[in-house]
Amino acid sequence: MSDHIRIAVALEGAGWHPAAWREDDAAPTRLTTPGYWRDLVREAEQADVEFVTIEDSFLLQGSAPAGAERDVVRGRIDALLIASSVAPHTTRIGLVPTVTTIHTEPFHVATSLQTLDHTSRGRAGWRAQVSARPGENDLFGRREQPDLTGIEPAALAGSAFVRDLFDETADVIEVVRLLWDSWEDDTVIRDLATGRYIDRDRIHDPDFEGRFFSVRGASIVPRPPQGQLPVTVLAHATVPYELAARQADLVYVTPHDDVSAASILAEVRSAEERIGRSSAPLEVYADLLVLVEDTAEDARAALDRLDDRAGTPLTSDALVLATTVDDLVARIRAWHDLGYAGFRLRPARLPADLRRISRELLPALQAAGLRTPEASTASILRDRLGLAPAPNRYAIERKEVVA
Amino acid sequence: MTAKRQIHLAAHIPGVNNTTVWSAPDAGSQIDFDSFEHFAANAERGLFDYLFLAEGLRLREHKGLIHDLDVVGRPNTVAVLTAIAAITEHIGLVGTLSATFNEPYELARQLASLDHLSNGRAGWNVVTSSNAFTGANFRRGGFLDHADRYTRASEFVTTAKELWKSWASDAVVADKETGRFLAPGSIDRVEHHGPQFDVVGYFDVPASPQRHPVIVQAGDSADGRAFAAEHAEVVFSRHSEFAEAKAFYDDVKGRLAGWGRDEDSLKILPGATFVIGDTAEDAREKARETSLGQVSPQTAIAFVEQIWGKDLSTYDPDGPLPDIEPAVDVTLSRGRVRHDDPAAVAAVWRAKAEAEKLSIRELVIQLSGRHSFVGTAGQIAEQIDHYVQERATDGFVIVGATNPHGLDDFVAKVIPELQERGSYRTSYPEGATLRENLELPPVRAGSTSLVRETAAL
Repeated sequence: MSDHIRIAVALEGAGWHPAAWREDDAAPTRLTTPGYWRDLVREAEQADVEFVTIEDSFLLQGSAPAGAERDVVRGRIDALLIASSVAPHTTRIGLVPTVTTIHTEPFHVATSLQTLDHTSRGRAGWRAQVSARPGENDLFGRREQPDLTGIEPAALAGSAFVRDLFDETADVIEVVRLLWDSWEDDTVIRDLATGRYIDRDRIHDPDFEGRFFSVRGASIVPRPPQGQLPVTVLAHATVPYELAARQADLVYVTPHDDVSAASILAEVRSAEERIGRSSAPLEVYADLLVLVEDTAEDARAALDRLDDRAGTPLTSDALVLATTVDDLVARIRAWHDLGYAGFRLRPARLPADLRRISRELLPALQAAGLRTPEASTASILRDRLGLAPAPNRYAIERKEVVA
Repeated sequence: MTAKRQIHLAAHIPGVNNTTVWSAPDAGSQIDFDSFEHFAANAERGLFDYLFLAEGLRLREHKGLIHDLDVVGRPNTVAVLTAIAAITEHIGLVGTLSATFNEPYELARQLASLDHLSNGRAGWNVVTSSNAFTGANFRRGGFLDHADRYTRASEFVTTAKELWKSWASDAVVADKETGRFLAPGSIDRVEHHGPQFDVVGYFDVPASPQRHPVIVQAGDSADGRAFAAEHAEVVFSRHSEFAEAKAFYDDVKGRLAGWGRDEDSLKILPGATFVIGDTAEDAREKARETSLGQVSPQTAIAFVEQIWGKDLSTYDPDGPLPDIEPAVDVTLSRGRVRHDDPAAVAAVWRAKAEAEKLSIRELVIQLSGRHSFVGTAGQIAEQIDHYVQERATDGFVIVGATNPHGLDDFVAKVIPELQERGSYRTSYPEGATLRENLELPPVRAGSTSLVRETAAL
């Protein structure tokens, strides 16, 4: 087991608590400005956080009419573009935007992430997300929304409809990976004698034909620094575990206690076995929604105050921890011992809980011997995550033919 | 004495075609961010209105293989412009984005995000295509009839504007006391139903500083010009010869009144190349060098092959045009703009080559490697100023021959001459949006077409 526990921070609006934007130090009117995101990511970078993820969705948050009291943050800007804006102002931290798979064009998804890898000089990753919430189809007018009323959540999770969404997402990731490999590293040759700018034999069309879509030609973007960007997926159930096992490098899971922490890890490993994963095992990160104060009582009181303002107690797919740094260190150590490579922390309040993470939690983890500063010097995201370099599949074939 | 008309300049990020000389000693990477950083910083030093980035969504092919003689490879448009926005302060960022291979909701969202992240400096060059070759890279494939290109583009822009205008500019109140995030009644549910798009729901990006990006258009057909008169705020024209430029300017600006628009609500900027010398003679020599770099022997043959529709690799680029006739209905090149009737084009080329005694390469240099402005910095400034003062253009999209240094000399030498003449700004207006840099009128509230609600027939 590695002695360096990796920490990611999940950035979302004013924080993950619906009332976080009403905190004194929250900046709810700056959420669409570049400075807001730059400040947050720099804060995380200075603390050696491995990477940030940035949430996204096509749907407007909330359900109340405009002007309602006790409302949530409304409106956002594109996560990949937030990452693109932050890239030139950071140097070591990974930038992992959410880019959805169902209403987007796989070709644009591939090229925009490749471009982020170029502009960040090798620090881009992708959180691939299925996007099929009611209402999204209507924003695009291209898909029929099946009638799902009356279907139990458990039945829905295993339904053909849901399986198709995940199969389509697997195809999207597959074609994106083909596009990322469509240029070999040394394609640009600038050969004056023959007048050729490229060696076109080193460009490979994906020629992908699947059940849901086809993509013929190579990427328009030359191979980026990392070649293959780290692909990450949030998963809560068997179908998404299998998607992660088939296509991802890293999976975020949501255990709620020690028992589920162990059983979910086992489920992920058995999903890997079932689909016959041949690449390196998934890096498994546990998601935790954290609110940190000096004492447990203060943390509890802060959460109560936020819940009061929201009018309803906080619920989340991830375990909510309103607690102290020491308690978090203990939790992280215990789950790391179970086999978790890292943790994705969702700050309840921004910037307050991000500052607690960067200024108190990370130094405490290092003091406890759970993180080493040497592991944080690399400026390529794959290196920061401990992922092996990803050689181009066509270059490998070429070498095998030569050998 | 009346003030001089002010010149508007855009800086064309070196493109994926043979204008960009990759063989030059100082030619850098087409894709490393360093190149974009240098290019943008220089253009901002030169007080340009905006950077312009072209787009091509499939690698071009020639004779069934990827065309390998020109620069190949480019970034994703919105992603790179947003990164450039982060390292610049004043210059506009105009990206070419297809109305065929995107969906209005997603693209409107990206452009609104760029406008936020650049603090009001976003522009969109709307292009449209029926090209099935490029379409094969996308979910829907090459589905659009040629005749429907502008129908779709127009409805696309109209739909995007409906989304952009669905948030009041002061919608976000974020009152921490009451928990009211939005002002009552400040966002509208969009309900668009049309032949091309059905978009229903709430847009999720708050109103951006410009309300919507500056709309740029480049097509030259009758449909393209009609689209420009309805929607465009800038036209990137291909007419840089004075008489043609003047005729185009008069035609397009003449259409504006029909849409209730005045002359200054649309800027016309032809693309222009240039070669600067210490003397006129020096400039001519440099121009010759640049042309030879742009039209290599192999490029000359490939250029002629596009028209002939046949493999001509056995012909001598320094010899005469082939004596054989062009093939009918053969397309050797894919992923680029189609030429007119090959036989007619070939006849015109032959006549020109014979009259001027031109080899294949010399002919291609004449046809494709001509430079708009060749001279000393003072001479070039004088010509640019002449076009603008005489209302043949509002300025130019300046195209350099190398990446990323192609506009360095222009900024260092021509810009001061323009400033000297009193027809070019000496600093950016503080905090100006792209629309303000271009001296365009602000977006009118409540209107999706610039003028009327219904789409053009």
